[in-house]
Amino acid sequence: MCQVEEDYNGLECKQEKIPVPTLNRKCMKCKEGTAVLIIRVNDSFCRSCFKEYFIHKFRAMLGKNRVIFLQEKGLSREAPKKLRFVPGIIYIDDGGACGRSAEERQRSNALLKSIFTETGFTYFIVSLEQVFSLPTSVLVPGTSDPDPSNPSYKQAVDQYIKEKQTLTEENVASAVAQLSIEDSAYSPEHKLALERLFSSMKTLTAKEDMLQTLRSHLILHIARENGYSKVMMGDSCSRLAVKLLSNIALGRGAALASDTGFSDPRYGDVVIVRPMRDYSSKEIAFYSRMFNVPSVFISGLDTQTHDKTSIQRLTESFVTNLQSDFPSTVSTIYRTSEKLHTVMPPQSQTAEPASKCLLCLCTLDTKVDKASAFHATLVSEQLSQIKLQDPSLDAPAQSAEQCCTEGQGCGPGGCCSSNR
Amino acid sequence: MLSKLKLHGGAELLFDGVKNHHVTLPGQSDPWDMKQLLAWIRGNMLKERPELFMQGDTVRPGILVLINDADWELMGELEYQLQDQDNVVFISTLHGG
Repeated sequence: MCQVEEDYNGLECKQEKIPVPTLNRKCMKCKEGTAVLIIRVNDSFCRSCFKEYFIHKFRAMLGKNRVIFLQEKGLSREAPKKLRFVPGIIYIDDGGACGRSAEERQRSNALLKSIFTETGFTYFIVSLEQVFSLPTSVLVPGTSDPDPSNPSYKQAVDQYIKEKQTLTEENVASAVAQLSIEDSAYSPEHKLALERLFSSMKTLTAKEDMLQTLRSHLILHIARENGYSKVMMGDSCSRLAVKLLSNIALGRGAALASDTGFSDPRYGDVVIVRPMRDYSSKEIAFYSRMFNVPSVFISGLDTQTHDKTSIQRLTESFVTNLQSDFPSTVSTIYRTSEKLHTVMPPQSQTAEPASKCLLCLCTLDTKVDKASAFHATLVSEQLSQIKLQDPSLDAPAQSAEQCCTEGQGCGPGGCCSSNR
Repeated sequence: MLSKLKLHGGAELLFDGVKNHHVTLPGQSDPWDMKQLLAWIRGNMLKERPELFMQGDTVRPGILVLINDADWELMGELEYQLQDQDNVVFISTLHGG
């Protein structure tokens, strides 16, 4: 495609950015307002058109996927279709794993509580430490709806409309107020257990991975306990592109469809959806800024870390940097991920349910034959843990020998074992 | 020349946690442009880890810049000439600060 010798009339083949005069551009939609934002390569929007676009995209995303119920019949033809579901907000305080002090955590929890109360929705502020008090049933996926293509969709909507009509406004407000929990109390044992767990992990990559696992379990539990059948996550297109590539690097290729797709059915009774997956970080940041969506910044595990401290961090840096020179990077990765679909195994009463991984609750992919990536990983692990014993052993032992030049034998962990 | 700088999304961590700054830029014969402003910020305001805020002459990819509530890409990015009382906002969208 791009060949160094060919003359492209001076066009730089390296960058995709087409220099277009951008000063004082008009909104490309209404053609009248001055543009305040430019997204993708050349799409400029004025404030009101951007707001419309943003909101429309959200509804279209939910409507297209038919997972969340929309009210089908409006009260009058002019009334726009309203989203009729009662949401709750959940926030997991993971300060214990990230090394934040109790005061810092209390401060941000208080800020968040005031934001949540403003919204009028039920909210749950839960500390990550509480994951230690979860019942083991969390690790068992619940039974899912046997018929995913839902003729009951219509019935459910009809029934919902009937139910809604019996609740008056006052009832709803007080019922909601009673449901909110701020359960940030945790026992010292749990706090210690969490700290020990995280300090036992040698790499930031492992810590970040564990943090995600624990958060998922906790969110799942809260959702189940309180009767929520869907959980909406806020992953943007940009973050999902990074997650996709990081997960491949972490060996989670088999679970890509559920990890990054719109809906994640692995838990059975609770479905994880990602309605923000069509928005770039820029769109979300601009919308929040322009329309005063309150936000609280909270340091995470990898805040202010160097590029190379973890696989996830490195991938984020790689993708973001590539995106600045090649603005279609993230959307290409995203489009590729859209082509991945979760394969639902045929439900059969007699067959045993497939065994699931204890940590991520995805179907195990380890019963495979020798010509597989899994087997290669096992072999690689074995080789890197070989102890220096018999000098007549062939090549693998020799490479182990080279790095043990101090004369000390490899300990039980093995100095060449990969801790990744 | 007066300018208001705001930092969000974690970018404030690099400026002692302070989100709002009113800065007075030293007078000079030529108008200030964004490139010079960034260089000035790096030299005078960044407390630590300049590589988390800037990359070369411009901001690190992943940090959004708004000038008077509009995308700086629409205003010429580094070439935009600052005017008195302009509002500049930096929003970080990255995990790593």
